[in-house]
Amino acid sequence: MTTKTSTQRRGALGSSALRPDGIPKVQGRFAFSSDAWADSMLWGATLRSPHPHARIVSIDVSGALAINGVSAVITAKDVPGQLTYGLIASDQPVFASEMVRYAGEPVAAVAADHPETARRALDAIRVDYEVLPPLVDAEDAISGSFPAIHPDGNVIRRQRIIRGDQSFVGDVVVEGYYDVGMQDQAFLGLEAALALPDDAGGGVELFVATQWLHEDQKQIAACLDLPIEKVRLTLGGVGGAFGGREDISLQVHCCLLALTTGRPIKMQYGREESFFGHIHRHPARIFMRHHADWDGTLRRVEARVVLDGGAYASTSSAVLINAVTHMQGPYKCEMATVDGYAVRSNNPPCGAMRGFGVVQACFAHESQMDKLAAACGLDPVDIRLKNAMRTGDRLITGQVMDSVAPVERCIRETAAIPLPEPLPADPDPLLIPGGAGLTARRGNITRGIGWGVSIKNLMYSEGFDDYATARCRLANGVATLQFATAEVGQGFVVLAQQIARTVLGVDTVLLEPISTAIGSAGSTSASRQTWMSGGAVDGACRLVRERLFEHVAATHHVDPLRLVIDGTDVVDSMGTLRVTVTEASKDLTFDETFEHHHRATEELDENGQGNCHVAFAFVAHRAVVDVDTELGLVKVVQVATAQDVGRVLNPLAALGQVEGGIAQGLGLAVMEEIVLENGRMRNPSFTDYLLPTALDAPEVVVSMIEEPEPQAPLGAKGIGEPPCISVTPAIVAAIRQATGKELPRVPVRPHDIVFG
Amino acid sequence: MTVVNATSLQQALEALHDHPGARLVQGGTDLMVEVNFNRTTLHDVVALRRVNELKRWHIAEDSQTIRLGAGIPYAEMERSPLCHHLPALAQAARTVGSPQIRAAGSLGGNLGTCSPAGDGLPVLSALDATVHLQSLDASRDLSIHEFMLGVKKNARQPNEVIVAVTLPVLNGFQGYAKVGTRNAMVISAASVCVVHDALGGTIRVALGAVAPTVVRTREAEAWLASQTNLAAPLTVTPELAREFGRRAAAECSPIDDHRSTASYRRHAIAVLVERLLLRANDHGKSPR
Ligand SMILES: Cc1cc2nc3c(=O)[nH]c(=O)nc-3n(C[C@H](O)[C@H](O)[C@H](O)COP(=O)(O)OP(=O)(O)OC[C@H]3O[C@@H](n4cnc5c(N)ncnc54)[C@H](O)[C@@H]3O)c2cc1C
Repeated sequence: MTTKTSTQRRGALGSSALRPDGIPKVQGRFAFSSDAWADSMLWGATLRSPHPHARIVSIDVSGALAINGVSAVITAKDVPGQLTYGLIASDQPVFASEMVRYAGEPVAAVAADHPETARRALDAIRVDYEVLPPLVDAEDAISGSFPAIHPDGNVIRRQRIIRGDQSFVGDVVVEGYYDVGMQDQAFLGLEAALALPDDAGGGVELFVATQWLHEDQKQIAACLDLPIEKVRLTLGGVGGAFGGREDISLQVHCCLLALTTGRPIKMQYGREESFFGHIHRHPARIFMRHHADWDGTLRRVEARVVLDGGAYASTSSAVLINAVTHMQGPYKCEMATVDGYAVRSNNPPCGAMRGFGVVQACFAHESQMDKLAAACGLDPVDIRLKNAMRTGDRLITGQVMDSVAPVERCIRETAAIPLPEPLPADPDPLLIPGGAGLTARRGNITRGIGWGVSIKNLMYSEGFDDYATARCRLANGVATLQFATAEVGQGFVVLAQQIARTVLGVDTVLLEPISTAIGSAGSTSASRQTWMSGGAVDGACRLVRERLFEHVAATHHVDPLRLVIDGTDVVDSMGTLRVTVTEASKDLTFDETFEHHHRATEELDENGQGNCHVAFAFVAHRAVVDVDTELGLVKVVQVATAQDVGRVLNPLAALGQVEGGIAQGLGLAVMEEIVLENGRMRNPSFTDYLLPTALDAPEVVVSMIEEPEPQAPLGAKGIGEPPCISVTPAIVAAIRQATGKELPRVPVRPHDIVFG
Repeated sequence: MTVVNATSLQQALEALHDHPGARLVQGGTDLMVEVNFNRTTLHDVVALRRVNELKRWHIAEDSQTIRLGAGIPYAEMERSPLCHHLPALAQAARTVGSPQIRAAGSLGGNLGTCSPAGDGLPVLSALDATVHLQSLDASRDLSIHEFMLGVKKNARQPNEVIVAVTLPVLNGFQGYAKVGTRNAMVISAASVCVVHDALGGTIRVALGAVAPTVVRTREAEAWLASQTNLAAPLTVTPELAREFGRRAAAECSPIDDHRSTASYRRHAIAVLVERLLLRANDHGKSPR
């Protein structure tokens, strides 16, 4: 018996086990939350402000109520409980009452017998606005030159990091301003929910696509003024999230309409409404100055980080902490002076998106590392190797890096991946910049190579105990798992089955509905569920296995400590006993629940010092791009990457995270941006918010670096966010190399290349 | 609301007559977007999808012209044999949307919408197409230049169906190129069609997405004809091509919007015109 045989077992950890939702999704049979349906349900719809900043003078809903088929119209005055919600600060109104603070803010909601009736009802609501000038420039929020647009003020959080000699000047100093545009999560499954009022009245059940059922439950119950247990949530099928479903969108509206009408309410956003219905990635303006010795040794970073949080706080304060604490990048650095602001404006609210503040920081620090390399006469790889962080190094927060930190190995293994073939003399026109537009020929194209390396924290920070709960039952050789972990597409459902198969030696693993019937699993974000919920499932399965071993030991008079699982059998490792798990659990039920907590973290002090993060993961990216320099068009040819994953638990799922993350980072590098004009979105549609197509996606060559993380329950680090972080600066660096342009902003637009 | 699923042109024309103001729908790839965005409320609809007459094409007996039914999907224009007769149209068709859109979308719909970014339109303009319109009791032919009036404005009367376009069968290079911020499935930020009529001795250029409607660069064309003999084979120097691009770009009037900037669009037009003219110059010559 070796662990090898058990990890190679079909469907166990380490295998590319088949996802239970995989085939239904491919065949179009998977029920997304927008497919939810109930007899006699009504359709909910939301009225939104057309203005980014206005005072509501009056709202007249009588016209809407007069329409046949309209059952209810609700506004702020119908909210029975707390009038606001929010993930960190409760500052966002369920419905705007006195003020609207962004274009698209909900003002009222209706319930009607048909979506078209609901739409007409929205048209019939008269809202009288006194339009005010919008605050759209983050610097105006900081300077105080603009009157407060919210009772909580225009600065959501300021955080400094002060470490080491504040007057140190390096032999080599490089600096620059870097801008990051507003990216959208652009998940494909739009916001949707079905709310069912209790038979008894007074309570509500909600089927919803979300990232964190229990946090939604808490916020909904507060707004509805109901005890927590009166609000029960079940996860509806989720088609992607990327951070965009952490905040409340239609949840409270939908439940309140159900309670008001006593009828099931279905709400779903279309693509355009989705752009207004969820938060986005923070646009950022970052100034950075790097100080190094003559030989390129990084000594001090200075940075000023400004994140535009938009109208409401959402997770801005946590995003800011991530940005400022990651400004040094994956490099050793003793001294730091960082000043960070997350500000409020009348732009659309911003919050969590894959990478969570580190994407913005990384674009700045990696652009700087290339500048530093050039100033020191080093190449981009050597400067990064020279400064690569190691386990035991101290971060600019004073925290000791005690995660496995294979930064050097990430860089070396990425560099060892063969470069793509040079462009042939007569290339396939679809595969060169311009693609189907047939704009270029071979002679118009220049190739460039660029690098990016990143560090990303895992789990929640600053003292937050984001624990996860799981329950395992074993009966007659069948395991049943229960957890509230939101499956948003990442594949936790298959991972949970793999864990149970491996720990318990069962083949069949059933999954209970994902709901608030069990304790919280925390959010499906921060690259945390494999570690946290994986740890909880592993813990529950191990408790059950202990009980099983005790039972087998008692029946067969052996020491339970000698028992192990081999394949699907319980085996005495020092004797001859071998019984199948099915036999051993015949007519019995073992039922255990486990909570996994990560180690405690601390808040930062006023100088930004403190052990605020749980753990870290690293990745390196090398991008090869072809650029039509005259037209400013780009084709990313190849991205090579070596990622610090701890351990690969499901090779296909891991590859999917890496390839998908790279596509998302590529989107930010060259096309994805919500274009704002005075607080208004110009492109809230997939016609004009461009996501990479198959012709834009590069060849991805991956090396998974498996150095098991001792802190992690399964040895595996979170792998969801790192793939999308340093690929963006790597692509931009490659475009810089091909064009010689400075390109301090993402996304890089054709006109930036031509005229920049 | 009445929906007439016409199975013949006659039936469609009668339905339009009986339901004045009815909307025609062919592929629905523009119309349904309008409906979904609440930009239009449908009352009566006449669907052309099953009208086979609109899906046919043929080359005239004298082999001088080709007539394309308005309902032919882009997917068919991309493929053989149509792509050999009308190579620029094939290239333009390939740039439209995704395979699903190209399976449904049509020139009739492109003309019906008459967006300045419609990819079929610069090709029709460069080829001096004739648009055939028909109502229950009349039919008329309009030059493409008379048909397109402005941003989403055309000369079609509400009771008329666009039945077909007629294009010349030419001997010589025809090319289309389009710039967008993505390598496929993107609305044009600027596009160019260049057609070389080797027998007639002309180079014709039309520009998309850089003015309220498609622009024919007549001054630049005349200038080029005065500089060099455009009867085959071409002998265009790189300097001449560059100057031609510059002059063609001077004839457009692009705007700044969320898709691009006016200055970039003008620049892109100059580059694409230059490149397409050089492609025309290389056409049929053995590669150097
Ligand atoms: C995802 C997507 C991507 C797209 N990408 C592109 C692109 O890259 N390039 C591009 O040019 N377009 C693009 N379009 C727009 C659209 O596909 C084209 O304009 C197409 O040519 C429309 O053809 P249709 O048959 O679908 O038109 P429909 O939607 O059926 O009709 C469009 C209009 O024309 C009228 N009409 C249709 N047929 C006739 C007729 N025979 N006589 C009179 N009026 C008629 C209709 O009443 C309507 O007003 C895209 C659309 C989508 C949804």
